[in-house]
Amino acid sequence: MNKKVMQGNEACAHGALAAGVRFFGGYPITPSTEVAEVMAKELPKVGGKFIQMEDEIASMAAVIGASLTGKKVLTATSGPGFSLKQENLGYACLTEVPCVVVNVQRGGPSTGLPTSPAQSDVMQAKWGTHGDHPIIVISPSTVKECYTLTVRAVNLAEKYMTPVVFLMDEVIGHLREPIDFDEVKDLEVVDRKKPDVSPEEYVSYAAGEDGIPVLAPFGTGYRYHVTGLTHDEQGFSTMAPPVVARMNQRLMDKIDNNLDDIITFESENLEDADVVLVAYGSSARSAKEAMRWLNAADQNVGLFRPITIWPFPEKEIRKIAGNVKAIVVPEMNMGQLKLEIERAAAGLTKVIGVNKVDGEPITPEEIINAVKGVL
Amino acid sequence: MNSAYEKYFRQDRLPHIWCPGCGNGIVLSAFARAMEELNIDQDKTVVVSGIGCSSRATTYVDFNTLHTTHGRALAFATGVKLANPELNVFVFMGDGDSSAIGGNHLIHASRRNIDITAIIIDNNIYGMTGGQYSPLTPTGKKATTAPYGMVERNFDLCELVKGAGATFVARGTVYHAKQLTDLIVAGAKNKGFSVIEAVSQCPISYGRRNKMKNALEMINWQKEHAVNVKAAQKMNPEQLKDKFLIGELYRAEAPEYTAEYDKLIERVQKGGK
Repeated sequence: MNKKVMQGNEACAHGALAAGVRFFGGYPITPSTEVAEVMAKELPKVGGKFIQMEDEIASMAAVIGASLTGKKVLTATSGPGFSLKQENLGYACLTEVPCVVVNVQRGGPSTGLPTSPAQSDVMQAKWGTHGDHPIIVISPSTVKECYTLTVRAVNLAEKYMTPVVFLMDEVIGHLREPIDFDEVKDLEVVDRKKPDVSPEEYVSYAAGEDGIPVLAPFGTGYRYHVTGLTHDEQGFSTMAPPVVARMNQRLMDKIDNNLDDIITFESENLEDADVVLVAYGSSARSAKEAMRWLNAADQNVGLFRPITIWPFPEKEIRKIAGNVKAIVVPEMNMGQLKLEIERAAAGLTKVIGVNKVDGEPITPEEIINAVKGVL
Repeated sequence: MNSAYEKYFRQDRLPHIWCPGCGNGIVLSAFARAMEELNIDQDKTVVVSGIGCSSRATTYVDFNTLHTTHGRALAFATGVKLANPELNVFVFMGDGDSSAIGGNHLIHASRRNIDITAIIIDNNIYGMTGGQYSPLTPTGKKATTAPYGMVERNFDLCELVKGAGATFVARGTVYHAKQLTDLIVAGAKNKGFSVIEAVSQCPISYGRRNKMKNALEMINWQKEHAVNVKAAQKMNPEQLKDKFLIGELYRAEAPEYTAEYDKLIERVQKGGK
């Protein structure tokens, strides 16, 4: 036993350090600031670099620049800052530069409710930057997961050469829970691939069979070009339709062809369930409690908790939809993931939202009331 | 092309896309000469740019090159340099790129005195989008978005970065190409944030609208209006009216950011606070 009580935000920062993150660029914003504060304190101890940039746009830019030197990188923000980061987030998608962007969601729109929780950036995390692009989005529900899933987020970024959004919410960010560090000390850590050819043979964006390019760290003798313009395999801009189509398709395929590796979820009591609750982040905690109470009253209620929100676990939802009277979706927004669940359910079952945007978490009672309306 | 400089260019990416009469190529040749004079290690050098005509430079030069988003070149470059201070970092920007959308990053790179050399090609206009006014379009001059003349005041970018903390500030012109090389060399040697404003010409999107018919006329304008900073000391205000200064305008000593951060790491690792 090696237990420590810490906040979700702190656990996220410590997870990043454990994953090998050695560069953090950020800008202060509630309710994510503790991530930056821990990184500022801890990074120099391990020879890493912390910089508080002049704004959110610059901090996103700085982490991409740092990542191109081969460092694992992290930035952390919340709603308004996440909006500001979007252009450069898209740049990282297209240029295939690994980075993890933490967004501790708060009430919106605009300045909104800086100290209150929300889950209203689910769609922005997927579609916030312009153009079709792949993205991986992960949502933790416990403080321990803030640690373990940050490690996973960094691993996925490095493996798939892509930005990963770590989508927390204010409840999880500021919640204090114990982590037993003996349980998390041997987590797998993934490093991005290095070129296995000489600089003369190296072609930066000529991805192998897995569709994932190998970007050599700047300064290691592999000179190449990185641009946010649509580019060819050599990394130079192109407008040739077949090349453009090929590159855009590969970008999507490198994620879509690996859904089984990328998508993770937790499920309980799905067998024989009449109603399944689909919830993520802090709302999943209330959903789990609601399920316990309902199960105790002999109601067949199950829980499906997507940990990977994007790419969306469509196959799993479709399967559930074919077996239940209804899917109930508690979210601290006006019904964002519900739309995706309805799409995946394709009319096979009713999808009922439990939505709350008053700055308060969703209670188990509110979920129970929704379930009782169906049963 | 002089064979000594060929190695600094990606021959398979040439010819460039710049218009006939554009000054960018002359600035780029001054850059290549500077690299040769510095005997720079291309593998250990990163050239970063933003968006715009000048920023296309990174396509053509054979280094680790990073063509970023509009205005953000210095923010990307800051990440590169801080993450690996052993890399030489040069940044190409245009006047709109560096002083409008990227103005904040220019100020803060100056303030940090991070060891980056920024070359700002100033052609007084947004060329890539067809001639809109920038913060460096002189008051009264015409642009597609200033059809009746520029109403706003224009920046003196060298004064701006000097005020913000840059430790090497210089201005050159396309006409004074040899001096431009020397200024880039001096900027690169400065251990800190160096800014070289390269006054250039855009005959297509700026000259034609402002009674300067061609590149030659615009380069002659540079010749007639640029005054070396040393010569200027012997001139009176009347003589300096309508002139602009070129040469090494300012130099200062200040702690360099990445070196200071490395000291911080050393201090923390020894258990200091």
